Amino acid sequence: MSAQKDRWVFSFFFLLFCASSIRMQGSARLLQELSPQEYFSSLQAGRASLAYFSHNVSPGAQPFLEQIENSAEALQDYGISVVKVNCPKEDVSRYCGEENALRKAYLFRGNMLIREFPTDALFDVDSIVANVLFALLFNEVKYVETLADLQNIENALKGRSNMVFAYVPATGTAEHRAVMEAAFVYGTVHQFVLTTEATLLKDTGNDESDVSSARLLFCHCQQATDLAQPCRRTAMGQTLTMLNIHRHLKLMGAPLVTEVAEDPEKVSTVHLQLGLPLVFILSQKETYEADRRTAEFVAWQLLGKAGVALLSRDLVDLNILLRSNVALKTPDEGEPVKYLVLEDTDEVITLVEDKNKVEQIQEDEEEIEEDEDEKENNNQDVQDDQVVEAVSRDKKRELPLEQILVLTEETFHSALLETARTVVLFYASWEAVSLAVLRSYTEVADHLKGTRGILLSRVNCWDWPGVCTKENVTQFPTMKIYEKGGRSVMYSGMWGTEELTSFIMLNRVSCPLRLATIDEAEGYLRGEFPPELSSYHHTSLLGVFSTATSEAREAFEEAGNLLSGHVMMGMYFEDDALALSRKYAVSPPALLLARSRGQSVEGIALSKESVQDMVQMIRYELLDVFPEITVQNLPRYLQLRKPFLIFFSDGDLGQMESKEMLKLAKERPQQAFVACWLNLKKTICLPVMHKKREPLELPHLHICLCSPFLRKKELSFDRAQRKKTPVGRGVLKAYFATMPSLPVLIWVNLHAGGHVFKFPSELSITEMNILSWLEKLKAGLEIPSSTLSEEDWKPPLPAYDFLQMMEMAVPETPLRTSHRHRDVPQQYPPESSGGDTGVQEESPQDSKAEKVGSPGRDLRGTAPRLAAREKQGKRHSEL
Amino acid sequence: CSSLLVATGTWVPNVVNFPGSEYVEGYETVSINPEDFAGQTVLILGRGNSAFETAENILGVTNFIHMVSRSRVRLSWATHYVGDLRAINNGLLDTYQLKSLDGLLEGDLEDLAIVKDKKGKLHITLRFYLENRNTSAGIDSITLPQDELDNFATRAPYDRVIRCLGWKFDFSIYNRSLGLMTGKGNKKKYPQIKPSYESKGTRGLFVIGTASHSVDFRKSAGGFIHGFRYTTRAVHRLLENRHHGVPWPSTVYPITQLTNSIIKRVNEASGLYQMFGILADIILLREFEYLEEYPVGVLAELEGQTGRKAPNGLFVVIMEYGRNFSGADKDVFYYNRAVGEAQHAWQSNFLHPVIYYYKRLPTEHEMRLRPPDWPLPRPDAVHHIVEDFLTDWTAPNAHILPLRRFLENCLSTDLRNFFAESCFLFAFTRQKLPPFCRQGYMRMQGLVGSERLRHHAVEAGLLEDYTLTDFLGDGPPDSHEGSQDHLLRDNAIPVHPLQHLVTAKDE
Repeated sequence: MSAQKDRWVFSFFFLLFCASSIRMQGSARLLQELSPQEYFSSLQAGRASLAYFSHNVSPGAQPFLEQIENSAEALQDYGISVVKVNCPKEDVSRYCGEENALRKAYLFRGNMLIREFPTDALFDVDSIVANVLFALLFNEVKYVETLADLQNIENALKGRSNMVFAYVPATGTAEHRAVMEAAFVYGTVHQFVLTTEATLLKDTGNDESDVSSARLLFCHCQQATDLAQPCRRTAMGQTLTMLNIHRHLKLMGAPLVTEVAEDPEKVSTVHLQLGLPLVFILSQKETYEADRRTAEFVAWQLLGKAGVALLSRDLVDLNILLRSNVALKTPDEGEPVKYLVLEDTDEVITLVEDKNKVEQIQEDEEEIEEDEDEKENNNQDVQDDQVVEAVSRDKKRELPLEQILVLTEETFHSALLETARTVVLFYASWEAVSLAVLRSYTEVADHLKGTRGILLSRVNCWDWPGVCTKENVTQFPTMKIYEKGGRSVMYSGMWGTEELTSFIMLNRVSCPLRLATIDEAEGYLRGEFPPELSSYHHTSLLGVFSTATSEAREAFEEAGNLLSGHVMMGMYFEDDALALSRKYAVSPPALLLARSRGQSVEGIALSKESVQDMVQMIRYELLDVFPEITVQNLPRYLQLRKPFLIFFSDGDLGQMESKEMLKLAKERPQQAFVACWLNLKKTICLPVMHKKREPLELPHLHICLCSPFLRKKELSFDRAQRKKTPVGRGVLKAYFATMPSLPVLIWVNLHAGGHVFKFPSELSITEMNILSWLEKLKAGLEIPSSTLSEEDWKPPLPAYDFLQMMEMAVPETPLRTSHRHRDVPQQYPPESSGGDTGVQEESPQDSKAEKVGSPGRDLRGTAPRLAAREKQGKRHSEL
Repeated sequence: CSSLLVATGTWVPNVVNFPGSEYVEGYETVSINPEDFAGQTVLILGRGNSAFETAENILGVTNFIHMVSRSRVRLSWATHYVGDLRAINNGLLDTYQLKSLDGLLEGDLEDLAIVKDKKGKLHITLRFYLENRNTSAGIDSITLPQDELDNFATRAPYDRVIRCLGWKFDFSIYNRSLGLMTGKGNKKKYPQIKPSYESKGTRGLFVIGTASHSVDFRKSAGGFIHGFRYTTRAVHRLLENRHHGVPWPSTVYPITQLTNSIIKRVNEASGLYQMFGILADIILLREFEYLEEYPVGVLAELEGQTGRKAPNGLFVVIMEYGRNFSGADKDVFYYNRAVGEAQHAWQSNFLHPVIYYYKRLPTEHEMRLRPPDWPLPRPDAVHHIVEDFLTDWTAPNAHILPLRRFLENCLSTDLRNFFAESCFLFAFTRQKLPPFCRQGYMRMQGLVGSERLRHHAVEAGLLEDYTLTDFLGDGPPDSHEGSQDHLLRDNAIPVHPLQHLVTAKDE
């Protein structure tokens, strides 16, 4: 035992020895060790060297010596050698003799001493490099302390050379080093000026910057002509690193405006190479001078953020719209150049800056994600499902469920027999969507409180899976209305309070409702009959049949069954049906469509149609001709699969616009598009427009009609209801970088191509203007202001890769089974052979299995990962 | 006939032949009336549930009970196998370990011999002594171990010896030509069958019930009523497909229901739970088709056996214990035996759902080469739902969220739920919609949500509140962003989720 231990200890020391000797050899190449004679005789004229004299290694100098060793490599890049001079004991010469001298390092150029540094100024590699270069570049980098000094230098440079002005809070920092390294490269091109005085920074107009961070300004003095004015300055936005300074100086060195005469797709400039966008100002011969001035103006604004090029359209044959005046090329490979029509230079600037902003946010985000990746697995465990999160945030609140009867497996069937209609919401207490619906359902219960003949109830399928399976509930939530007689209907509409309530109420009367007298029929068309439903529907449908036409009537009744709860349908087939049909100039079988309480009634002849066709027809007829699009009704119009012409309005429609738009919408009976409008603001009253058929042209009316539902329970309804569709703002923000001024007319083809066009704001909204604009769109003469993303919906975040984790854990295999693992393909988890039952199945002889777990693999684990693995090891060690 | 279902159980008692075995009573005939054992000293051969059950029954009235068996006792709470000693039967362990009354001994029964003395008492000796003795001499000439070793353990004479050595399948009525072979190793008491419960030798001959336990011997519950009621149903479904062209029952759901249907099943399905590792739910893609409780050993033959097609890959939902957790001598009570965090779910020890994802159906070759103790070959991805103390896997963040991410990444889609307002925004700003909006909102079944929920979603940074701009008048969009930032800062919630939702911006 002890012998073994000794051997182990020995080999450990042996390893250590090897390691340290290798390291000595490695650094010996950079850090020379010479005697004083050797050193002084080796000094060459013009070559700089940093020397440190020592008798022997005194303990205090040890850290310093380490740093100086480390900096040897960095200094070598600048042609500076680092030498440790070993003084013989008896030596009492200048450098070796004095006790004091040994606490210093000396910088020589040739054999001339340039500077001596106290060792405490050389505390790390950054400070060594910074201070040594600072001493050597004495002429290239001017150090200033007062504003006057700075101004003198600046004035002297005007018309001759540019100036790089850097502020660092202290010398010897990493920023200082970066500036010095940049000066080493660019010192002959630009004049470098350095300060540690924060006041100088304030006076250069950078008042918002805080003095704790270093700053760098590029002063354009070469072009400066006016001696009285300070040079134009461009601040560097990023932190001071060698790379960033290099990038900034390169950008400053690039021409302000590049003139190009080729296809923008092929153009490449410094900006694009450095990952910045390039803005093209499209110019013509006639406007060249003005365009050039614009380009320069924009270029100054965007200096350091984007490049600007002036493109003469006369020289390049571009297949773009004549109106386009700006193009944007991003550095991303493969992204096409975007052509835009912009109105002023500010838009150009916001275009670029917003882009930068977005990118910056994305970058930051990536960084954060990376950081978190190191620590944990980013935010996979943060809920990003809005419904689940919203429901779980609402979990602690007790729902007002007292109006809703809880049904169980035992009480379910008996409860159905008690009331004429029992509404049952099947939900699962763990399922977020059904819990969200349960919340709307409580609101429904509140609205319907006291309504006779309706019982609202619920079944939690988590507690009672049996009854849910029996009632054929395959997904959550499901709502069904059971009639006492045994018939039931399943709800298939929007899960909103309003829709649910109206469905339940409309279901109380049979669909279609048979009307007995002509008075009832008239009352029905006016929306007054049956009275209890008068507030739950806008549109009444009445089928008029002479008794003979039973076939159409049956189809109509079937359709009524299918549309039950969604549409108000009545039918009349008494003897005097003809009188009714004559009044509305139709011949039975016919449909009468009464919108907004009988203010307009149109007649539609019923041909022999299948039930499905009739349902389709009824659905289609119920659509408005110029609807206000809301969150709730959009899907109905999307099903037409036509392009949308949308009028985004901040508030109600103007008289003029609505008239023109309506004219436009009605013009074509078979419109090729859906003309609609969207109210971005809260609405109390909304004008309801009606689709009209030719024969029954009642005078068109704008009726100000509150949503019937609101009239009843206006105040108890939530805010979202009274706000119409503020989310439309999100739509506009997605279409345009900035929110356009309202109202705005948009053409968007959602189903083909996804191009978005904006009606020119300078044109007034008239039928003629819109039509001719649409013609231009069709002819491809307009350029889309944006195109909807075609991107697929990908997983928002990665999943835990358990397969990989299992593989990672292979080395963790308990020792006692490891021998068996030799022939087990390593990609399988270690536990696989842990069983001691001795039931060895066919041993996996597939040598073809990829050797994922090659011996070197586990060494790649990072420190935290190893630590984590140790933790796991503890948790799962065998006993 | 075309099919034969063998459900004859394992009724042939295991018998050991040794000198004196004629004095041994069998479990199948021994009295179950404790009074018959009053004051007696009893030796029980065997160490299974029946041996302990017998002991338990007479424990209170006997002088003492000894049990002899070849192998040591295996406790079912350590092995997670109900065929091993259940705690309800193990009262004798207490009287042995705590009161030193009764006892357990290990030894090979083949080496034993029993001799009866004149008083009718039964003495244990070794076969070795019997073979060497003078055959002509009487009972007194037989060497008893205590003659040489005076503290021999079973030196006390017994009144009765009871054999509780288990049962085996009756192979006697099957002709050789049927090829109904005995199982290998410790499964030799069962006929050899395929994981589809069909005999290896004869097509159409199925073994069901407890005799079918060779499929999952010492692994799952197929040898017991609470397990084989599910495997028998599986055989029924296989036969329905084979002989009547009735495919395996399945339900087709839209992809948006995938997460929910898995959560529902792993929480409610009894077949998965009892027949862990053996029966699995199979989910066939694209919209998806859900098949319940399929014998996973014949996964490769799925298409032929069920009449369902799996052209676009599949998920297999199965329940598993941690691979290294169960075992005869394992400490199943060690500290930190349970994993709490979803990200370490793969190290779960207690029974928990595991979901395997295959881009295509594994082949028979792959099934054969699967790692030992794995029910299935290496999948393209695997997900463990972290073990739960309540066996209730419905926690939104610990159970459902990681499962959703797994499914999303396998299917390369976004399975989040959205309020109607978000779908509205997507409908106008993207050419494609997430499945939830496609299946719900676009079919006029959108989730409108109450104002309070909307407010919560806005607070969480998962929904943008466009009504805010109204209060600010027609302020520039910047001011709106400002308010959003403010909202986010207040709640100290990272901005990322929102970013994911609003990447719709094309410009």
